[in-house]
Amino acid sequence: MKRNPSPVTRHPSLVTRRSSPGSFLRAVAAITWKDLAAELRSRELLSSMLVFALLVILIFNFALELDVKTRSTVTAGVLWVTFAFAGTLGLNRSMAVEKDRGCLDGLLLAPVDRSAIYFGKAISNLAFMFIVEAIVLPVYSVLYNTNLFNLGLIGVILLGSVGYVAVGTLLASMAVQTRTRDVLLPILLFPVVIPVMIAAVKASSGFLQGVAASELMTWINLLIVYDVVFVAVAFMVFDYVVEE
Amino acid sequence: METQPLTLKILNVISAILLAIASCLVFFYAPMELVMGQVQRIFYFHVANAWVGMLGFMVAAVAGIAYLRTHNMKWDIVEQAAVEISLVFFITTIVTGSIWAYPAWGTWWTWDPRLTTAAILEMIYIAYLLLRQGIEDPDRRARFGAVYTLIGGLSVPITFLSIRLFRTIHPALIGTASAASQGGFDMTPRMLQTFLFGLLTFSVIFVTLLWHRIRLGRLAEKVEQMKLEVMR
Repeated sequence: MKRNPSPVTRHPSLVTRRSSPGSFLRAVAAITWKDLAAELRSRELLSSMLVFALLVILIFNFALELDVKTRSTVTAGVLWVTFAFAGTLGLNRSMAVEKDRGCLDGLLLAPVDRSAIYFGKAISNLAFMFIVEAIVLPVYSVLYNTNLFNLGLIGVILLGSVGYVAVGTLLASMAVQTRTRDVLLPILLFPVVIPVMIAAVKASSGFLQGVAASELMTWINLLIVYDVVFVAVAFMVFDYVVEE
Repeated sequence: METQPLTLKILNVISAILLAIASCLVFFYAPMELVMGQVQRIFYFHVANAWVGMLGFMVAAVAGIAYLRTHNMKWDIVEQAAVEISLVFFITTIVTGSIWAYPAWGTWWTWDPRLTTAAILEMIYIAYLLLRQGIEDPDRRARFGAVYTLIGGLSVPITFLSIRLFRTIHPALIGTASAASQGGFDMTPRMLQTFLFGLLTFSVIFVTLLWHRIRLGRLAEKVEQMKLEVMR
């Protein structure tokens, strides 16, 4: 299937055994590009994540009394629960597709560093999460008449998503290889990702209530620390998770 | 069937004796606490259980790393044994804690940092066991188990820290200022002795149970191998 072949997929460095940083980055870019291109064509992942996220927001309308007063305190929590659940969906599907179609085996045979596969998958998962978040925010703003276009909030969502996806991609790679598959990912992921949830909700809530950024630095620092630690650990340990 | 080694049999007896002595100390030797009364006696076993549970978690994390480096199955057996035992010790901790909490604080549970972290830790243990249950290939099971204990082990301190920060910035919780939970408990010498003895008892019980569980793991591995041979 030849569409405009991007320079990335044609580049000879992908078929020679070289471990230069250039080839590593090209491998990562190739994997990310593959996921994004596939998704652009079928849109099955994005549509299911999006519909699910909107349904969760709908359910929250009935589950919690989101009247004007409580809304300001509860919005951050509702948003993050929505992102966490939709994110699980995306992570599951993204890895399941690899496993079911044998793509993972193909990727493992390629002469690239295993961690390139991790980064490629993580970046594409992150991209999907960002797209969903970018749509959920305006929809929530409209449905609940709250202005969510806050730079601080967007920054926190970025940082939180990175941490979530970093651990999520690793754990999804494990979960998809077990018998229980999809069901196992939330069980594995949620206890471990709690610091992200706490810090993200606190920081988001702060930004939405107009608190100055300097006061929220504890939470932002916590997010950054979590992101750095877990991206590092995940990519070091990914090898053990995919080896046959 | 290999029989229990002599040391283990001795340990069994010692554990039982220590537990009996510790119980006697708790009920007869330790003085009655002024504020909380008899309920306070739970503290001696409750804290010992908690510390031993944490110890088990650390053993599991170390065994996990050891497995990833050496690929020796014995580390996997140790890791699984440590997690299973710590699960039980922590459940005991939570239950005894609740029994203590109700008379002391008026509630069975509260979302203060230590309790919340304990609950999360239990969830990680259970998730670990569910993960292992879903995998048939022993090598993959060992690898995934090790990776998860590593990830869990890293996240728990960060979780504790973040919950602490969460609670200090919003100090609106009623009734969580128990002296013991803040670690600044003033103990008379008798209380201290009982407490330390309780800690010793549960450490010995931990080692005994761990050893039993490791034996069980090794026997299970032998059964697996024999099964494979028969099927060939």
